Amino acid sequence: MSELTVHLWAGLRRFTGGLEVVTVEASSIGKMLDALVEAYPGLGPIFEAGISVAVDGEIINGGRHRPLAPSNEIYLMQRIKGG
Amino acid sequence: MPKDDIKEFRLVGTRPNRPDGLDKVTGRARYGADITAPGMLWGAVLRSPHAHAKILKIDTSKAEALTGVKAVVTRADFPTGLTGEEWNLQENTMAGEKALYDGHAIAAVAATSSLIAQEAVRLIEVDYEVLPHVTDVDDAIKPDAPVIREGAADASVPEGMPPNVVKYFEFGRGDTAAGFKDADLVMERSFKTEATHQGYIEPHACLGQLGADGKGEMWVCTQGQWFIRQMCSAVLGLNAAQLRVTPSEIGGGFGGKTTIFMEPLSLALSQKAGGRPVKIVMSRSEVLRATGPTASASMDVKIGMTKDGKLTAARAEFRMQGGAFPGAPVDMALYCCLAPYKIENVEHIGYDVLANRPKCAAYRAPGSPMGAFAVESLIDEMCRKLDLDPMEVRLKNAVREGDQASYGPTFGSIGLVEVLEATAKHPNLSVPLGPNQGRGVASGYWFNHNGETSVSMAISEDGTAQVSVGTPDIGGSRASIALMVAETLGIAYEDVRVNVVETGALGVNEPTHGSRATFATGKAATIAARAAIKEMCRRAANEWGIDEEAVEWVDGAAQPAGPNAGDYPPMSIKDIAKNMGSTGGPISGHHESVPDGVGASFGCHVVDVEVDPETGLTKILRYLVVQDAGRAIHPSYVEGQYQGGAVQGIGWALNEEYVYGKDGRLQNPIFLDYRMPVASDLPMIDTMIVEVPNPGHPFGVRGVGETGITPPLPAIANAIQGATGVRMSHLPMTPTKVLAALKASQE
Repeated sequence: MSELTVHLWAGLRRFTGGLEVVTVEASSIGKMLDALVEAYPGLGPIFEAGISVAVDGEIINGGRHRPLAPSNEIYLMQRIKGG
Repeated sequence: MPKDDIKEFRLVGTRPNRPDGLDKVTGRARYGADITAPGMLWGAVLRSPHAHAKILKIDTSKAEALTGVKAVVTRADFPTGLTGEEWNLQENTMAGEKALYDGHAIAAVAATSSLIAQEAVRLIEVDYEVLPHVTDVDDAIKPDAPVIREGAADASVPEGMPPNVVKYFEFGRGDTAAGFKDADLVMERSFKTEATHQGYIEPHACLGQLGADGKGEMWVCTQGQWFIRQMCSAVLGLNAAQLRVTPSEIGGGFGGKTTIFMEPLSLALSQKAGGRPVKIVMSRSEVLRATGPTASASMDVKIGMTKDGKLTAARAEFRMQGGAFPGAPVDMALYCCLAPYKIENVEHIGYDVLANRPKCAAYRAPGSPMGAFAVESLIDEMCRKLDLDPMEVRLKNAVREGDQASYGPTFGSIGLVEVLEATAKHPNLSVPLGPNQGRGVASGYWFNHNGETSVSMAISEDGTAQVSVGTPDIGGSRASIALMVAETLGIAYEDVRVNVVETGALGVNEPTHGSRATFATGKAATIAARAAIKEMCRRAANEWGIDEEAVEWVDGAAQPAGPNAGDYPPMSIKDIAKNMGSTGGPISGHHESVPDGVGASFGCHVVDVEVDPETGLTKILRYLVVQDAGRAIHPSYVEGQYQGGAVQGIGWALNEEYVYGKDGRLQNPIFLDYRMPVASDLPMIDTMIVEVPNPGHPFGVRGVGETGITPPLPAIANAIQGATGVRMSHLPMTPTKVLAALKASQE
C-alpha cells in the first residue's frame, strides 16, 4: 500500500473537514475510493451517484482495478457522460 | 505476430463508399418503425395536459371495453420499491402520484390497430388536481418556487438551499480575488440559453414482446441496446438476461436515444396482452413533449484580462434545469467552459434545478455548448474592448500538453494550439466584410469517452472478416471500424463487414455516446483483429513446423520473420481461412475492456454573418470548423460530424427553443414551430481536419462527434456583435430579439 494524494472538488470539503486535498493508503482506484469512504463516510453517496477519476490527466471511468502509485496525479471528477 | 506500430496507412485516411449507403438511399434500411411481427398490436400513450398535477383517479374502463383493445397499463402495473435513478426512469416512463410536465405519460393502451389504440386513449378518464408549476430555471431556483419533488436533493446539496436544487457543484483553484486584482479589465455578464431538442429525423419507435414467463424481445431504435435492456429490466423488474434487445438502423440520436421513454410501456402492454408484440411509434409532438431535450441554462461569468490579453482569473456560476428529475449537465458545462484556457485562478459553482419540464437527456457534448456560450462571448467582448485580436488572445492563453486544466488534471496530448494556428491561416479569415457583416470566433472542448466495450470478429472461410460490435452506427462507425480492421488484417475494406448486434451476442457495451464508438470500439476491434492474426500466424507456423514467434504478418499473409525462420512462401489469409476447419477450427478474435487512452478534442469555429438591420434576421455567410480529430479514419465522415455539429449549433444559436406558455404547456411541439435550420438556410460548412494523433489509440483516434456543437453558439453571438455592435446574451438570437436589441442600442 502506498500513500496517495487525492484532489477532491471543492464541494466535497464539507465531508472532509474542510480539506480539498487528502491522502489515503491504497494501491488501486477501487481501494482508494474505498479508503476515502472509510475515512470520510459522507463521500459514500457522492461516489455511488457516479464518479470519474483522472489519473495523470487521463479520465478513467469504471477502472477500479487500475493500479495507483504515489507519483500519480489524482483528481476526482463527476462521472463524465456524453451524447 | 501482429504489428502494433503501423505508421504508413494503406486504408486509414481514405474515403471508401459507406457500407449503409445503398440500403439508405433505396429505402431498404430498417428503422425502428419498420419492424413488424405476427400478431402485432399497436400501442398509444395518454399524456398529461398539465405541467404539474396530482393524479387523483384514472378510470380505464371505457378504454378496456372498446373492441380491439387488448391491454391498458398505468403505473399500478409497474413494480414498486425502486430508488435513485431507477425510480427516476420509472417515474418518467409512467407518472405515479403526480404528472410532472406537459406530456408526461399517464396510461398506455395496446390494440389491434393504431387508430383503435388512439381512440382508446381518448376514452381514459383522469381526475387531476392542478398544481402550481414552474418551467424557467431562474424561477425554479427561487426559495418560494413550486416544489417539484420533496426530498429529491442528493448529498451534494448543503442545507438551506432552495427546494428545487437537487445537486450542487463547486470546484476551482488559486485565488480569484487576487487574479481579478491583477487584471486591467474585469467584466461580468449574465447569459441564458433555452432548452433545445436533438431533432433527430427518426422519432422513437420500438416493438416489444414479453411473455408471462418473463422472457422478452425488443426491436428498437437506440444508441445503446444494453442500456435499453438494463433500464427496461430495472423499471419492470425483469431478469436482464431474459430480455433480448436488437437495435434497428438509427435515424440520428445525438444523445437523445441513450435512455428509455416508451420502451417499457410496450413490454408491459405485451405481457398484459398475453405476450403479443406491441409496437409504439412516437409522433413528432410526442418526441418534442416527452423525450429528453437538453437543459436550459442561466449563467453568470466574470473574467479578468490584462491589456495584452492574458487571462488572470475567471468565475463561472451556472444554474441549469433538466426537467423534473436530476441530471442537468451543469457539471460538464463547468468542466468544459474554461478548458481551452490556461488560467491560474478559477472558481466554478453549479446548481442542478428541477422544473416542470421533461427529463433532459444527453445532447452532443452535454452542457459544453452552454458554458462555451457564456465564456467565449465574454472573452470576445473583452477582446473588442481592449482592441485585441480574438485569435491571438486564444493562442496566448491556449492550454498545451502538460498544462493544468481549468478543472484540475494535467492535460496529456492535446491539439488546441495546432487547431488555433491552422484556423488563423485559413483563407476565410481574410475575406473582407461588408456593411452589416461581422466575424465571430470561438473555441470548444469535449473530453471524449471510453466506456464498456466488447467486440468479436471472425474470419470467414474465404478470408474475409465479420466484426460484431455493440455500438449502433450513428456517425459512420461501421466504415471507420471496417477500415481499421482491414488495415490491421491487410485485406480490402470491402472484405470486412461490421454488424451492430443484439444484446445476446456480446458482452455489455455502453451506447454510442461520448464520441466513443470509433475510439473505443475501433480500438477493441483492432485488438481483436490482432488476436486473429496471432492465431493465423500460429496456424502457419504449425503447417511449416516452425516456432510461431518466427512468423510475422505482412500484407494480409503469414510469412517467416526472416531467412533463419525458414524458406516458405507467404501463406495468405485466404489460404489460412480456406483450411481452418482442418487446422484447428474457426478463427476469431475478441476483446472486452473499458479502453484506456481517451484523447480529448478541441475545436475552433469562425463564422461570418450579415444582420438585416430592418428585420433582425441573421444570415450565415460562411462558416469554418477546425478541429483536432487525432486521426481521421474516414475523413468524409469526420467532415460530416464537423458540419453536423456546426449546423445543430447554428440552430441552437439562431432559432431553436422550447417555448412554454403561462399554462406550462409546450407551445411549439411540431417542426413548423420548432424551427431547425434546413439546407437552404446555410452555406456549405467549410471544414479543416487537424491531426494530432492520440497516443492512446492504435491509429491515433480522439473522437469527433461532440466538440463541433460547442463553439457555434458563441461564435455566432460574437459575429452578430461584430455586425451590429450589439451583444446578444440570451439564446436563441431570433430576428425579434436581435431587432429589439438593435432598437434598444439606438435609444
